[in-house]
This record gives sequence, structure tokens and C-alpha cells, in this order.
Amino acid sequence: MKMLINVAETVVADALRGMAAAHPELIVDVENRVIVRRDAPVAGKVGLVSGGGSGHEPLHGGFVGPGMLSAACPGEVFTSPVPDQMVRAAAAVDSGAGVLFIVKNYTGDVLNFDMAAELAEDEGIQVAKVLVNDDVAVTDSLYTAGRRGTGATLFVEKIAGAAADEGQPLQRVEAIGRQVNENARSFGVALSAVTTPAKGSPTFDLPAGELELGIGIHGEPGRERRAMMTSGEIADFAVGAVLDDMSPRNPVLVLVNGMGATPLLELYGFNAEVQRVLAERGVAVARTLVGNYVTSLDMAGASVTLCQVDEEMLRLWDAPVSTPGLRWGM
Amino acid sequence: MLDADFFRRWMTAAAASVDREAEHLTALDSPIGDADHGSNLQRGFAAVTAALEKEQPRTPGAVLILAGRQLISTVGGASGPLYGTLLRRTGKALGEAAEVDAEQFAQALRTGVDAVMTLGGAAPGDATMIDALVPAVEALGDGFAAAATAAREGAVATTPLQARKGRASYLGERSIGHQDPGATSSALLVEALVEASDE
Repeated sequence: MKMLINVAETVVADALRGMAAAHPELIVDVENRVIVRRDAPVAGKVGLVSGGGSGHEPLHGGFVGPGMLSAACPGEVFTSPVPDQMVRAAAAVDSGAGVLFIVKNYTGDVLNFDMAAELAEDEGIQVAKVLVNDDVAVTDSLYTAGRRGTGATLFVEKIAGAAADEGQPLQRVEAIGRQVNENARSFGVALSAVTTPAKGSPTFDLPAGELELGIGIHGEPGRERRAMMTSGEIADFAVGAVLDDMSPRNPVLVLVNGMGATPLLELYGFNAEVQRVLAERGVAVARTLVGNYVTSLDMAGASVTLCQVDEEMLRLWDAPVSTPGLRWGM
Repeated sequence: MLDADFFRRWMTAAAASVDREAEHLTALDSPIGDADHGSNLQRGFAAVTAALEKEQPRTPGAVLILAGRQLISTVGGASGPLYGTLLRRTGKALGEAAEVDAEQFAQALRTGVDAVMTLGGAAPGDATMIDALVPAVEALGDGFAAAATAAREGAVATTPLQARKGRASYLGERSIGHQDPGATSSALLVEALVEASDE
């Protein structure tokens, strides 16, 4: 598989160097793997720190900036960052108002952020945590690691980020982050497997003419494989899976998210089908975002995330944001 | 008796073994995980050998605590905290003695394995590193070779199991038929004890 890289060992460092050059408004510490708002710590403001394996860009580093994250910790490709990074990020953004860790529910991320929270508290930093677990494709039972964190991460980071920028206290920012997660559900499909730089060949074998339903964002296969479906059929299936798990009474935010290798032309066409299904099911749409936001390297496919919002959450969603990956109102 | 030099040789042998087997570990991790187990452990154990070289810890406990801290700080994922905790807690249990006997080491390793079970929430039969480590600890009274055999057999025995922890658990029944990468690398770690004692 051809890739636009030098060697697999330096892909993350190379990307961070390029990010530093493109975004002087951020401090990109290539050696310590931390991306921080240049104006951090902002007096009186709760710091928002997230992180996870690389390969999901623009998540998380591309969401650092006014109105969203204070700092992000990129790990190796598809590998959770280490506690040292998170403690460094927390120390850099803590103004004394405390720090919120936004953690996607994967065993590695949870273990490393938990270790980091203990170490940061030892240094006198107040830490709260929001766990994102929105993927309905995973059976949430004692016998799995629980639901994965996927598209809802963007909603949590944006809405909690707006609350923090308004100067709301840590407890409130944490509560609204949890509220967003509890009201959000996702489902994803893959049309091709993913190729990691370390391996150089696809992580699973997906024959032409078939698609994988209920995939994660790390090249892990889904729960079910079927003969290829049309965009409309995929929308029926994906939105159906999400609505089997939630019954929105309020309007929803819609994220139609590309996995990395699906063109925007196809994503917009898919969004038209998603909106049709939502209309058929009587779900009111407040806002829609279409694009590649929570990606999985070179995987083709898409995910749908719905988040039920009240007026306050919608106000915070609409609030200005200025990051490399998401920008409006300022 | 086992001194700091023995534990340094153990870590060096483990690093070499992870290097040799990195592609195999990554291949095992591909169908049920995300194809990075080999490269992540390679990075971690390279940091361990570099730190041992630089800091020259003087006791068995200090060697393993330093190794564990390096793994936590460099590996990431679930393997970093889990392997790091295994070595760090084993090292702490060894205390400050300059030498330990085989029985003390077996007890300390049991403490380390218990800490991994608490942290990761896994039990035997969940298709994780525990399935290699628990049989190894139980066989350690019969020597390193017996522990290595038990670990290897434990790793192979994960193949028909359904994964219940970590990323492979997302696959449900589709995880059956795959040997667990974490159990496989755990067996390499136990096998490295034999190499360290041969030298």
C-alpha cells in the first residue's frame, strides 16, 4: 500500500511538525506530544484536555482552540497516549479552575487517563472526567469493554468547550459534557478496511462487493458483513440502528462523518438519505455537520451520530469556535 | 539466588524477543485489534533497556520498578499500563533486597499478576494476557522452563475463547479462533526468564 510518508516510525512526529508550521496560533510540542492553545492557561477558565491514538484527524489536535479544547495529546497511530502527556497538558492549561478530561471509552485510553488523573491531582490540579461511549454497534454488557467513543466526541468537545469559554465552573462543564454524551448515539459502516503505517497492508480482508456494518474507528472489523448496499439502504440501516437505541423528543444535531477515504460528494449524497430517514421517522433536525471529523486513516465509509439537544445545548453548539478543524462565528 | 544482573538480563532478553516477534504479534493483532501490538511493545522495551543502561539500578526491585515506569511512559494503549503495572508491582513486592530467591520472586510475580487483573478487570478465560500469566505463576515453583511452557500453552489455549476485554471484545463471537496477542507477548516475557537464567 502506497503512503505519503517517510518511514512508519515517524508519521506522528512528522504530522506534528507540519501542524506546528501551519498553525502558529497553537503550541505544538513535538517532543512531548502535546498540542496547547497559545493563550493557555486562560484566567478563571476550566481547561479541557482530550487525546487518543493518532489516525483520527482532525480529532483531537484539530479541535484545540477558542471555543473547544485547551489541549490535546496525540498517541501513536491507534494507540492511547501515555499519562506523562496528559499530566503535562493538564499542567499547561490549568488556571486554578480545574481540568476536564474528555476520554473515549477504549481500555487503553481509560487506563492511561485514570493514571494521569491521579498524577495530576498529586500536583494539586483538580480533575474531572467525561467518558464518551456512543457507539450502538457494541453490545454494552459485562462481557465487552463497553460501547466505544466515536462521533459524539466532537459534540462533547464543542459543547463543553463553549461552556468552559463562558467561564462556567468545572462541575457545570463536566455535567454538560455528560449530558451531551448521554443524549448522543452513533453507528458506522466501512466500505474498505484500514491500513496502518506500521503494518502496511489492510487490517482485515473486505472483499469487493461487501461492506462491514457496525465498525469502530481503529480498523477493528464490525459485527456483521453484508453484500454492498446503496447509500439509501445504508442510511436506513445506520439511522435505524441509532433510533433503535434512542427516541428523541427534542431536535437533534446530526453528524454525517466520513471515515477518511470517502469523498464529500458521496458524504453529501449520504446525508440527503440520512435526512430522508429522519423525516420519515419524525425526528426534527436542529443542525447538521457533514465532513471528515472523526476519521480512521484511509478507511472508506461513514458514520452517523445523532445528539438530542435542549435550548442550552444548542446555544452552546452555535457559540463561536476557532480551531483548525472546526471554525465558525469568529 | 537472583540478583539485579539477572533481572537486567531478563529485560534485555524480553526486549530481544519482542524485537524478533514484533511482526508476528502485529499479525495476531490485525484480525481482532488494530495491528500495533508488536511495534508498541518494541518501542517500550527499547526504552526499558536504554533506561536500565543509563540508570544502573542496583536491586532486583529497582530494576523492575524502573522497567515498569518506562513501559507506562512509552507504550500507551492498554498494554502500557498493564505491562507497566505488572513489572512495577512485582518490583515493589521484591522490596529492597540485593538478592531474592526463586520462591520470593514467584510470590512477587503473583502480586504483579493480581494487580494486572484488578487494573484491567480481566479473569482467566477472557482471552487476555492473564491466560498466559496465571498458569506461568502457578508453574513457577517447578522452575522457569516449566513456567515458560505453561505460559506458551496458556497463550495457545486462548484461540477457541471469545474475547471479553479490550478491543477484541467488540467482535463478539467473531473473536473466536484467534490467539490473543497479549497472551502471546506475555508468554514471550516468561520465556525470557529461561534465557536470562541460561547465561
